[in-house]
Amino acid sequence: MTDTKKIGDVLCTELIEAANHDRNILAVTSDSRGSAALNPFVDAHPDQLVEIGIAEQNSVTVASGLAHSGKRPFVFAPAAFLTMRSIEQVKVDVAYSNSNVKLIGISGGNSYSVLGATHHSLQDLAITRAIPNLEIYMPADEHQAQGLMRYLATSPNPAYVRIGKVALPTLYPNVTQAFTKPGKANILSNYGQDVAIVAMGETLAIANEAAIQLNQLGIHAQVIDLVSLKPLDQATLNQVADQTHLIVTLEEHSLYGGLGSAVAEALAPRGDTKVHIIGFPDEPVIAGTQAEVFNYYGMDATSVTEKIKHWLR
Amino acid sequence: MDIQALQLKAAQMRLATWQMIYRAKTGHTGSDLSCADIVTALYNDVMQQTPATFTNPNRDRYVQSKGHAVEILYNVLADAGYFPQADLLTYSQFNSPYIGHPTNHINGIEMNTGSLGHGLGLSVGMALAAKLDQRDYRVFTLMGDGEQAEGSVWEAAMAAGNYHLDNLTAIIDHNRLQISGPTESVMNSEPLAEKYAAFGFDVQEIDGNDMNQIVTVLTAENNTNKPRLILADTIKGKGISFAENQASWHHRVPTADEYQQGIDELQTVIGGLSK
Repeated sequence: MTDTKKIGDVLCTELIEAANHDRNILAVTSDSRGSAALNPFVDAHPDQLVEIGIAEQNSVTVASGLAHSGKRPFVFAPAAFLTMRSIEQVKVDVAYSNSNVKLIGISGGNSYSVLGATHHSLQDLAITRAIPNLEIYMPADEHQAQGLMRYLATSPNPAYVRIGKVALPTLYPNVTQAFTKPGKANILSNYGQDVAIVAMGETLAIANEAAIQLNQLGIHAQVIDLVSLKPLDQATLNQVADQTHLIVTLEEHSLYGGLGSAVAEALAPRGDTKVHIIGFPDEPVIAGTQAEVFNYYGMDATSVTEKIKHWLR
Repeated sequence: MDIQALQLKAAQMRLATWQMIYRAKTGHTGSDLSCADIVTALYNDVMQQTPATFTNPNRDRYVQSKGHAVEILYNVLADAGYFPQADLLTYSQFNSPYIGHPTNHINGIEMNTGSLGHGLGLSVGMALAAKLDQRDYRVFTLMGDGEQAEGSVWEAAMAAGNYHLDNLTAIIDHNRLQISGPTESVMNSEPLAEKYAAFGFDVQEIDGNDMNQIVTVLTAENNTNKPRLILADTIKGKGISFAENQASWHHRVPTADEYQQGIDELQTVIGGLSK
């Protein structure tokens, strides 16, 4: 059985490690230290926590001021609030002013499930992707989260990281293979060139499972992990498009403006590649557990397998 | 710098701003003239900051939250030597960094502002960093009174009070006018003094066009363990008789006749102060 790990726990452990060596590392919270799994950080470095209260806009602005004066703040807040309520602060104070702020969106996508649309972030990739000077990540497993955090702890660049709530299976054997650098995608598995499935973060394991199912049916897929949505690895996408003419994207996000849109925009000028986008339709999200909702919208591994069979017919 | 020299400097900055706006045919005229004395005092007497020390981590910091009054800031910075005066000839021209709101592409400007309600929170972050690093620099921010309708101002005020940021001085350019008319009728934010006191600020009220009062309050020690709020009563359009207290001059560009009359008025003031 594969190991699983909550990405929030990994980020906390890595942040403690970074803070052990750099007293400028700060966690900025909006009454979110518990939901962000940051209590061990608070215990280890109580002087490196800045609590802003339930004020996500202010948490981003204050973090920008802190960064401007030499601090390295990591702002932890539910992704829905961090990227929607605070989006102007992200655009102006972080990206436009070029502040060294890392925005950690916790419980992203549909993680909060039955808590409702107020707590879902299914538009965050679309809106953050359109802001210049902002890197975007969704770590897919424990090792990638480790590699990403080690990079973020020393990078000067503004970045948005979206993570989910549930424990994710370990997909990579080590940190080096999981994360190399921004804009460098990974080929997670490669059974052949009938189809390529492109995913990131929580949907990567689903894509991988679909590739295994397809292989058993004699359909040979490769699974591409973008690693960073911005910068986007255009070169790897071109290589994939050279090899296969069917690309399927899978994301925990609206069909509009997210990972699938990014891949389609990147490949459309070639004119030789079909891109199918799997994600949340443009409608109010049905209530249910995350697994039930994924199943309902055809985003679980079996549904993805069926769709790909259909598209290859 | 003595008070009369600062008054003269402020008048010269008003003149340069008037000329710049007329030349470029754009700018927030009334807003610039309102806070000209405050911005002049900050850079010529109050703050521990020079062009040579602008990158020093111990420098005092200024964040202009009412970013639209950028023309007065540009002229004060150019006069203080942060960049060549001639650079301002490109103001609002194609591909110029000297655009209609402050950006940190320009030497002397800390942060990009323009969207209202950001400066106080940015200043809270800078002041908090000083506390964390045990540095003794001060942070100043200038807001408009119309800006007080932005909810983010009050999130930041709450944090400033919570963290007892006595190294933070927020100034409100209290000219009581905004683009649509009197602030009190557009969205009444009064009583500002009581509101900031309730948020944990030490509140001081001054005449914000009186150089003596400005310098006195901005250089005074703060032993209150609270952030300080200066409610600076000002006159929008100050220094140009026909622009004073007129909301229509918020971002109006003078006609040729108005321009010349304004020049005459400002040069009379400069002449009087130069004696």
